[in-house]
Amino acid sequence: MSKARLMQGNEACVEGALAAGVRFFGGYPITPSTEIAEGMAKLLPTVGGKFVQMEDEIASMGVVLGASLAGKKAVTASSGPGISLKQELIGYAAAAEIPVVIVNVQRVGPSTGQPTAPSQGDVMQARWGTHGDHPMIALSPWSVREAFDTAVMAVNYSERFRTPVILLMDEIVGHLREKVELPEASAIEIYPRRKPTCSRAEGYQPFTPDKDLVPNTANFGEGYHIHVTGLIHDDTGFPIGSPKITREVTKRLHEKIDIARDEITHVEEYFMDDAEYAVVAFGGTARTAYEAVANARKKGIKVGMVRLITIWPFADKAIKKIAEKVKGILVAELNYGQLVGEVERVVAGKCPVELCAKYDMTIFEPAEIEAGIDELVAGGKA
Amino acid sequence: MNSEITIKLPRCKGCGICVAFCPKQVLAVDELGKVMVVNADACIACGQCELRCPDYAIFVDKKVKA
Amino acid sequence: MERSFEKYFRQNRLPHLWCPGCGNGIVMKAIVQAIEKKGLDQDKTVIVSGIGCSSRASGYMDFDTLHTAHGRAIPFATGIKLANPELNVIVITGDGDCTAIGGNHFIHGCRRNVDLTVVLFNNSIYGMTGGQASPMTPTHKKATTAPYGAIDRNFDACRLAEAAGATYVARSTAFHVQHLTDMIAGGIDNKGFSFIEAICQCPTSFGRKNKMADPAKMMMWMRDNAVMKAAWDKLPDDKKTEEKFPIGLFYNESETDYATAYNEVIQIAGGADK
Ligand SMILES: Cc1ncc(C[n+]2csc(CCOP(=O)(O)OP(=O)(O)O)c2C)c(N)n1
Ligand code: SF4
Ligand code: SF4
Ligand code: SF4
Ligand SMILES: [Mg+2]
Repeated sequence: MSKARLMQGNEACVEGALAAGVRFFGGYPITPSTEIAEGMAKLLPTVGGKFVQMEDEIASMGVVLGASLAGKKAVTASSGPGISLKQELIGYAAAAEIPVVIVNVQRVGPSTGQPTAPSQGDVMQARWGTHGDHPMIALSPWSVREAFDTAVMAVNYSERFRTPVILLMDEIVGHLREKVELPEASAIEIYPRRKPTCSRAEGYQPFTPDKDLVPNTANFGEGYHIHVTGLIHDDTGFPIGSPKITREVTKRLHEKIDIARDEITHVEEYFMDDAEYAVVAFGGTARTAYEAVANARKKGIKVGMVRLITIWPFADKAIKKIAEKVKGILVAELNYGQLVGEVERVVAGKCPVELCAKYDMTIFEPAEIEAGIDELVAGGKA
Repeated sequence: MNSEITIKLPRCKGCGICVAFCPKQVLAVDELGKVMVVNADACIACGQCELRCPDYAIFVDKKVKA
Repeated sequence: MERSFEKYFRQNRLPHLWCPGCGNGIVMKAIVQAIEKKGLDQDKTVIVSGIGCSSRASGYMDFDTLHTAHGRAIPFATGIKLANPELNVIVITGDGDCTAIGGNHFIHGCRRNVDLTVVLFNNSIYGMTGGQASPMTPTHKKATTAPYGAIDRNFDACRLAEAAGATYVARSTAFHVQHLTDMIAGGIDNKGFSFIEAICQCPTSFGRKNKMADPAKMMMWMRDNAVMKAAWDKLPDDKKTEEKFPIGLFYNESETDYATAYNEVIQIAGGADK
């Protein structure tokens, strides 16, 4: 462990990305994510990497995809309106299987909303923001140290699955200052860029899936003469108007993540051993929820907390298991109610699911979540 | 004949550009919509047809005298 | 005799899907001939295109090729060039792709002077979507979305590029194919943002609407109305009628390109040997 340093969640995100091997950043300033661009502008050239401030968020997304195709691990970051602008090319990354990380430091929306205020209103956008059927991985840290760890994880997953990964931060964690000890470089596991397993002469095809259903696509400039397109394409990379290929490709894009779902769905449980009730929360809100749960415990309520680190793919297994065991679940989220729908889908009536929503530009007070717990207990199944 | 005209027929779309720019009326488009040589002897190997064909379907080489 | 330019095409993808007489094929050949002329390494050259009929060219060219999204070719190309400056990056774009949806990326690419060679296939129309007006459809010309004639004023993309900071700006046409090849080759030589407007015919979506369905006639129109820059500069204003336009090299200045400038940043930051 290196010396403890006081830093912001946004800064830790920069450090994590660099530690994971990111050497390219393209972005456009927007509150509350700007410190990420600023940190990248300062640090990337110190490790031989490059930062470029683009003309807008669409260009920022395009430039990082280009850099990734040319072999550099690349990240972009934004908030609210900027993330909306990036959507078309996030879909491009999913379709063309380009590793890239998009950091979204969530703020209040829709539209310009409340630019400096925290929110967790982009849960569904993270999953469904771009058009069409596509898989998505989204991770959400609750602390400064975890902003570092999830940044490393996001970069690794993007490389391993050749897919866009969203680091779904929120203003609470982005601007939170904590003393953290970051791990030594040697202690960080890095997933390297996948490499072609055969030569052109041996019949290399850039989109032939490996055993894990992920293709070993070459970088530009390595002599493979690959073609990359956002059109539905077969293993050769060239577009084809075939129902069979369209079905197979769409299925594989989903399955490459589905088959690794258990490994990449990170959930943490607190006070759950004897819990009769559970609070589900994530990101900055989980910090308050933890306090609320601890307070409720002091009052003698057997309540625990389930914290989602991986938001997408959704933690179906973990939530289902909890639903079997508790008398009620409270979902606390800083929006009008988004994640709660997923929880309800998985719980499927096995226990009551209540929503503790907040959407007034302020963060939760522990008392608000405690009140939610009290209500749940009062109305929960006997 | 001072030239050798090679046609890659599958590439030809019968657009008529080569016909229009040929100074010697060597070429025509047939009823199947493909280029054909109608007056090979008149060809002066100027290369206009090859230069302008958008489909790389026609090539002209000067005949090397044996 | 097999032509040497054929090695730059993916033979199994030809014939291309463009309409009979479409000028895109001529411009695509001019690009590979310029590449050949400049002796670019085929393994170290990347072709990046947007979306449109013209942007389909990337699929036929035997290099690393990238068919991006509508209007976004220049940002992708910028990322490729900055990530690996040893690659030669050539961008293929349409008049709509480059100056409508991609207009902002275009001017900022020029401003940054990224070392790219951008070839705009100007057929004055949205070809792929069936003939809607583009920002480069000349005023009064017809399009499916301008059935009474366009009232919008059209961009002069060359003047736009120069004003925005491109360091090489040229125009040619599908008729002047050897000249066009030279203009593109000059752009490849320039270390910085090079812009070449290639006027080309779309008989299907533009020609038919504007009483010029015959592709050969469209090319003759280019022959009859294009004026070489030197002659254009001497032409009295009353002779510069609406249909006439200049071709040739309009601007070429040597200025530091973006990747070179950034290398200095890396030096200052102490990351040069990392
Ligand atoms: C975001 C988006 N908007 C619209 C389209 C539909 N579209 C495809 S090509 C095109 C216009 C192409 O015109 P141009 O760039 O001039 O290329 P051309 O086909 O004439 O070569 C449009 C509007 C699209 N693919 N993506
Ligand atoms: S120009 Fe080419 S495609 Fe057109 S008719 Fe002649 S050979 Fe055929
Ligand atoms: S080479 Fe010249 S004369 Fe001969 S067919 Fe072609 S255009 Fe006509
Ligand atoms: S529509 Fe126009 S631009 Fe498109 S292929 Fe046909 S002729 Fe070419
Ligand atoms: Mg066009």
